[in-house]
Amino acid sequence: MTSVDAVTGEVVTAGAPPPDLSAQRVLPLRHPGRWLATAVVVVLAAQFVHGLATNPFYQWGRFGYWFARPVIVRGLWVTLEVTALSAVLGLLGGVVLAVARLSSNPVLRTVSWLYIWVFRSVPLIVVLLVLFNFSALYKTLSIGVPFGPGLFHFDENKLATELVVATVGLSLNEAAYAAEVVRGGILSVDDGQRAAAAALGLPRWYRFRRIVLPQALRAIVPAYVNQLIGLIKGTSLVFYVSLLDLFGQVQTMSSTYPGDVVPLLLVATAWYVILTSLVSIVQHFVERRLNPAVRP
Amino acid sequence: MTAATGAADAVPTTDAVPITDAIPVADAVPIRDAVPVTDAAPVTDAVPAGIAAAVEIRGVTKSFGANRVLDGVDLTVCPGHVTVVIGPSGAGKSTLLRTINHLEKPDAGYVRVNGELIGVRQQKDHFRELPERAILAQRAEIGFVFQSFNLFPHLTALENVAAAPAATGRASKSEARERAAELLTLVGLADKLDAYPGRLSGGQQQRVAIARAMALRPGLILFDEPTSALDPELVGEVLAVMKDLAGTGTTLIVVTHEIGFAREAADTVVFMDAGRIVEQGPPRRVLDHPEHPRTREFLSKVL
Repeated sequence: MTSVDAVTGEVVTAGAPPPDLSAQRVLPLRHPGRWLATAVVVVLAAQFVHGLATNPFYQWGRFGYWFARPVIVRGLWVTLEVTALSAVLGLLGGVVLAVARLSSNPVLRTVSWLYIWVFRSVPLIVVLLVLFNFSALYKTLSIGVPFGPGLFHFDENKLATELVVATVGLSLNEAAYAAEVVRGGILSVDDGQRAAAAALGLPRWYRFRRIVLPQALRAIVPAYVNQLIGLIKGTSLVFYVSLLDLFGQVQTMSSTYPGDVVPLLLVATAWYVILTSLVSIVQHFVERRLNPAVRP
Repeated sequence: MTAATGAADAVPTTDAVPITDAIPVADAVPIRDAVPVTDAAPVTDAVPAGIAAAVEIRGVTKSFGANRVLDGVDLTVCPGHVTVVIGPSGAGKSTLLRTINHLEKPDAGYVRVNGELIGVRQQKDHFRELPERAILAQRAEIGFVFQSFNLFPHLTALENVAAAPAATGRASKSEARERAAELLTLVGLADKLDAYPGRLSGGQQQRVAIARAMALRPGLILFDEPTSALDPELVGEVLAVMKDLAGTGTTLIVVTHEIGFAREAADTVVFMDAGRIVEQGPPRRVLDHPEHPRTREFLSKVL
């Protein structure tokens, strides 16, 4: 029997017929290292869970006791309220600042740049404390002509409840970061889109709202959700302006029940984890809606 | 956009064609070097007396930094004609096209469409740019088709075409959608009305873009290398739509590398190089018997 060796090309004349290699399957490379890594991770994870479950230090009984106490839920509600208000106001402010920063008007560009520079530089806690002590700096707030007659007067002490101070402070700070997120999103839209919209004679507001913004959102949403998650946890600073949010309530309870410090911190952590998870789930669906490629 | 409004600007456009230096503003335009080819121009430039030129470009100059992209370009286009602009890359073809609907602001010189100054108004010895709203209204009368289609990816084919008439208040939403469906049928996409651009081939996307440019019923449509981004086998379907369009009396100005299209569909072929119009005339003359050595050199490379 005569055949051609598939590898060397030599004519083979003796022995068993060589296998027909053209029909052979190609198998993937084996990865023994992955199995080893998996084993290590499983062992470490098991040890950690075992420690969580059995170490009396965590006091899971007390965790269960505190988890849905009215006092904690009240704090949680304040956290949600402050987060929601600051997220919306911050985003609105951010859009205005981003549009100003990108406008052709040099005055608007400079003012926007200055605002963003100031509020990204000054620590949030300082902003909150300055606002909290605002009434000490300015006895009354009046709106009117500078150096001229005032039109409206507010008594600062009546105007500024803790909730207002916290929301204003967080919103001012959030707007500066949101502005950069929105600006990045707007810049990510292809220039051809603007040219096409301009060539069709579409009015400016329509161009922004219907052409640029929907496309910019695809870049804005992931970055802004990131920002939002930072904000949820950032609200814990409002404790310093006497607003009892989730973290504030936990701190207060800890000083009353010093033995429950660890389970109380775990309760706060659990709630923050739940909130950020919910936000991430919403993000997933919003992003899916914004991506035209997956639409029917 | 009529010749009458043009006349109101105290610049006679209807009589004395071709217009050369009769316009007082021309003196204020800094750069109007004598283009050596102007002797050849009147042959094709001639617009029949009493008819306003569809497009009249005079002394248009544009620099990006130190780079002079357009250097005193003069061009006259008759209504209903197809003008094909050819030339090497960097010759200023696309920039010239973009000055016609003021996507690019000329540094000097002017563009008139149907007698109306585009993007500027005349003041004593200079031009002043118009406010955005006025420029947008002018642009709505001029269709523009881009090399990279630039369809709105978050809108369906139908919504892409219906957007402008509805947004500019020229048609109700339902009228705009009805007309969009008609236009898409006209370009052979009746079965793709609800498709998103991402689901269409390049040729289909460019045909949607042409329908979108037609949606405002412009008398003039500008094409900026409409087939350059297409796979070779998809070029034909787009050129076919453009040839149909040429037969409808719409004025077309097409920047392209498709010499075959120029030969078949053009009334005038314009050859540009280094920011100037080097030669222009009917396709038979410019493509088969070019007078200028630069034109000959270019054609020998692309044909």
